[in-house]
Amino acid sequence: MSRKISRRKFLESGSKGLMAAAVIPYFLNTNITKAFMMKGNAMKLQDYYNHFGVSEKILQEVITQALSHGGDYCDLYFQHKITNNIGLEDKAVNRAYSNIAFGVGIRVLKGDQTGYSFTEEITPKAMKLAAQTAANIADSTKKVGPVKLKLNSTPDYYPIQTPWEQVSIDKKIPYLQQINDKVFAQDTRVIKSNINFYNDTSYILIVTSEGNVSYDYQPMGQISVSVNAEQNGKREQNYFDLSGRRGIEFFTPASIDRLAKEAVRRTVALFEAVKPQAGEMEVVLAAGSSGILLHEAIGHGMEADFNRKNVSIFADKINKPVAENFVSIVDDATNPNIRGSINVDDEGNATEKTFMVENGILRSYLHDRISAQYYKVKPTGSGRRESFRHFPQPRMRNTYMLPGPHKKDEIIASVKKGIYAESFTNGQVFIGAGDFTFYVKSGFLIEEGKLTKPIKDVNIIGNGPKVLKDIVMVADDLEMAEGGWTCGKNGQGVPVSMGLPTVKVSKINVGGVKA
Amino acid sequence: MNTKEKMELAEWTMNYTLKCGANQSVVGVSNSRDIEIEYRDKKLDKLKESTENSLSLQIYANQKYSTHSTSDLRKDELKKFIEEAVAATKYLSEDKYRMLPDPKLYPAKLDMELKLNDKSYEKIDSSSRVKMAAEIEKEAMAVSGQIISTTAGYSDSYYEVVRVHSNGFKGSYDGTVFSVGAEVTVKDKDGGRPEDYCYATTRFLNEIPSPEILGKEAVKRALSKIGQTKIESGKYLTLIENRVSSRLLSVLSGAMSARSIQQKSSFLDGMLDKKIASEKLTVVDDPFIEKGLGSRLFDGEGLASKRRVFIDKGVLKNYFVDNYYGKKLGWEPTTASPANLIFEYGTKSFDELIKGMKKGILINGFIGGNSNSTTGDFSFGIVGLYIENGEIVKPINEMNITGNAKEVWNQLVEMGNDPYIYSSYRSPAMLFDDLQFSGI
Repeated sequence: MSRKISRRKFLESGSKGLMAAAVIPYFLNTNITKAFMMKGNAMKLQDYYNHFGVSEKILQEVITQALSHGGDYCDLYFQHKITNNIGLEDKAVNRAYSNIAFGVGIRVLKGDQTGYSFTEEITPKAMKLAAQTAANIADSTKKVGPVKLKLNSTPDYYPIQTPWEQVSIDKKIPYLQQINDKVFAQDTRVIKSNINFYNDTSYILIVTSEGNVSYDYQPMGQISVSVNAEQNGKREQNYFDLSGRRGIEFFTPASIDRLAKEAVRRTVALFEAVKPQAGEMEVVLAAGSSGILLHEAIGHGMEADFNRKNVSIFADKINKPVAENFVSIVDDATNPNIRGSINVDDEGNATEKTFMVENGILRSYLHDRISAQYYKVKPTGSGRRESFRHFPQPRMRNTYMLPGPHKKDEIIASVKKGIYAESFTNGQVFIGAGDFTFYVKSGFLIEEGKLTKPIKDVNIIGNGPKVLKDIVMVADDLEMAEGGWTCGKNGQGVPVSMGLPTVKVSKINVGGVKA
Repeated sequence: MNTKEKMELAEWTMNYTLKCGANQSVVGVSNSRDIEIEYRDKKLDKLKESTENSLSLQIYANQKYSTHSTSDLRKDELKKFIEEAVAATKYLSEDKYRMLPDPKLYPAKLDMELKLNDKSYEKIDSSSRVKMAAEIEKEAMAVSGQIISTTAGYSDSYYEVVRVHSNGFKGSYDGTVFSVGAEVTVKDKDGGRPEDYCYATTRFLNEIPSPEILGKEAVKRALSKIGQTKIESGKYLTLIENRVSSRLLSVLSGAMSARSIQQKSSFLDGMLDKKIASEKLTVVDDPFIEKGLGSRLFDGEGLASKRRVFIDKGVLKNYFVDNYYGKKLGWEPTTASPANLIFEYGTKSFDELIKGMKKGILINGFIGGNSNSTTGDFSFGIVGLYIENGEIVKPINEMNITGNAKEVWNQLVEMGNDPYIYSSYRSPAMLFDDLQFSGI
């Protein structure tokens, strides 16, 4: 409360929000109307209207109010989000957290100026008061008649079998117990395990002054396993997690097994780990969550708000070559059940797969409504927000590189002295200077073309445009990250994912020891 | 909601929770009014105004424990919320350490005035907020032709929180927070656009520096980054500026929590009363600083605030012990997290410390990086200035510092006399010997 909300751009993985207040178990369905409970993702527009207690007439009146000071545009973002978490510690499922967020955010635009307010009380009176507040961004008067509303149809990129509202707490508890048993059975060096089962469901309804109405049902599931182990008096800790826009069916016996084994493997490997030598070297990024490279090195810099303000290092590079011709980088909202996918963005725009780099050429920024109007292009469906308490901004969804012409083995064999980076915890970027970092939790040294000793706990730092140019090999083995990544920007967190084939960067600065 | 209404709602919620089958409960009800302004290109860019309500609920049902929060305060909905929360809690495993704190740890009285609430807040109108942001932008833009963009920001907040505990504690507090400043991006050669910021955060509006000071300082910092490069890897004498030095402290404080001790994920396990840092490091939690950003009479668990020395001349004297992990460890609780951290400050100013450096690096910003509380390992990205013979030679960036907290805190050689007052962590500039940098 006492600190300025960070304006920095950051990305972090793992148990975000688990320790903070968040989350319960519902076998009943707090504040969920019958329709929601029965239909879940099969709800229709009228169900949403009923749930939020609104009608076309009320919506029209609120819009009229919001535009009464001369605003060009407004949108209403209704949200009901239920978050649940249960946790295992010291071998027992002995804690649960839940949160309910319920409210509507009202945004008014005048040119590229934004007025914003929200209310947690969805009544005509409270909504009109919030609309009046947001309207103050403009300073004239205007009379706007009722807007004709029309429903946009949306695709379904995250079909699930069982809505989380139908999963009671007692159905989830055994998952944690099974994982815990497997963790301890896996290795006698394990001394502690912390396991969390997180899920949330967000129902959103978006209504714009252009008459567009959209709704979406957004599920999320995540299990995180953290392990501590001890060997000869030395302790190490690491974790593994799986997350996606999924229902409980995602957590199959095979994935439960994998969560336990992988968390233990990653932890005990650290006993042998060394730190690499400090300085610049060749770095091979393993397929998968190494996509963090793209998120930091180029993704944030391509968010169009930074370019509109001319503060991004990519501000004057559209249609210019930025990488080798085998490098193509997309930001995609449409990957089935992946964590960053969205059926519709938080401004009601259709989503898509956006090419940021196509065969080495910089192509498109990630746009929200304001920047798309500024650049006179179609929005890319990248307008996202943390909740109804926040205004949308251009954000990433799932950022990944398309497969390239090389093979993983040939890439590793080509490195004389470098590192192979495998798992990561977080990253950050300075948009203007282009400096970006990501923290390598584990990986290996590469010596004479072979993976040798494991490494741990080193930060990598580079410059976005330079590193793009230094991507010298791209393999054909694209994988998406599986964990629960959350991206932060101007104090707002949104779920994202990323992916990468095995990639070699010819030169990048690795934190280490004894230069 | 006024204080009385919040207290009534909290008590009603607590009583209903107990009626549903909990045997202990804590309820917090809070609301805040927040205004945020961003100003750029001589006009308002964003204006956000809102009032936020929140209710939080802790349930202890025969030593089964859960916590919940909601922004939907409609009574009928709350009833369902509570019923389900209590019912769900019963499925959890019993945990014999789950119970409310011993009432003797609650504050005996709550009559000390900490001056956390600026009464002038009520009289601030929206045009004066916008005017302040506009002036900051104007002052900043006037400094240099190399500025690409300045975004000035102003935000203020008034909040009030009440909490009730079923074993006999009731408390409330309110306060104001103002945060004002600017972010500036400047032109570099080769297309680089270095950025920096200057923000001040205070309890009272009249303690915010003038728009001129804030605007100019942000520009000065951004301009100082023009031409930044990385330099050779190696060990350097390192001065860390006060506004960012708490980043390195986080490696220690993360390992000082009772949770990390009990969960065996702390490299400071077993180090109580032992030397963990150079004798220059003394860290004290002082909850009673007037107008302090973290000041409070009781902490997030209702425990009475107390001034405590956590590190005394390099010796670890206390852990951050909350009620639950304290019970698990059989320790008396201290507090889960500090209110305001103050230090034993040195005698030299920031400038004097720079002047005394023959060859070294001044770190004035961190970027990314992380640490491992189990082992003490850390690695952070940095930006800063290269110093020779007490003079700034050039700006540096794209470098990492890497090390282990067990060693590095023993390399602390001097503390500045300059506590950073815009944070609850009032850390000074800190000078370290031989930190490991990676660069070229």
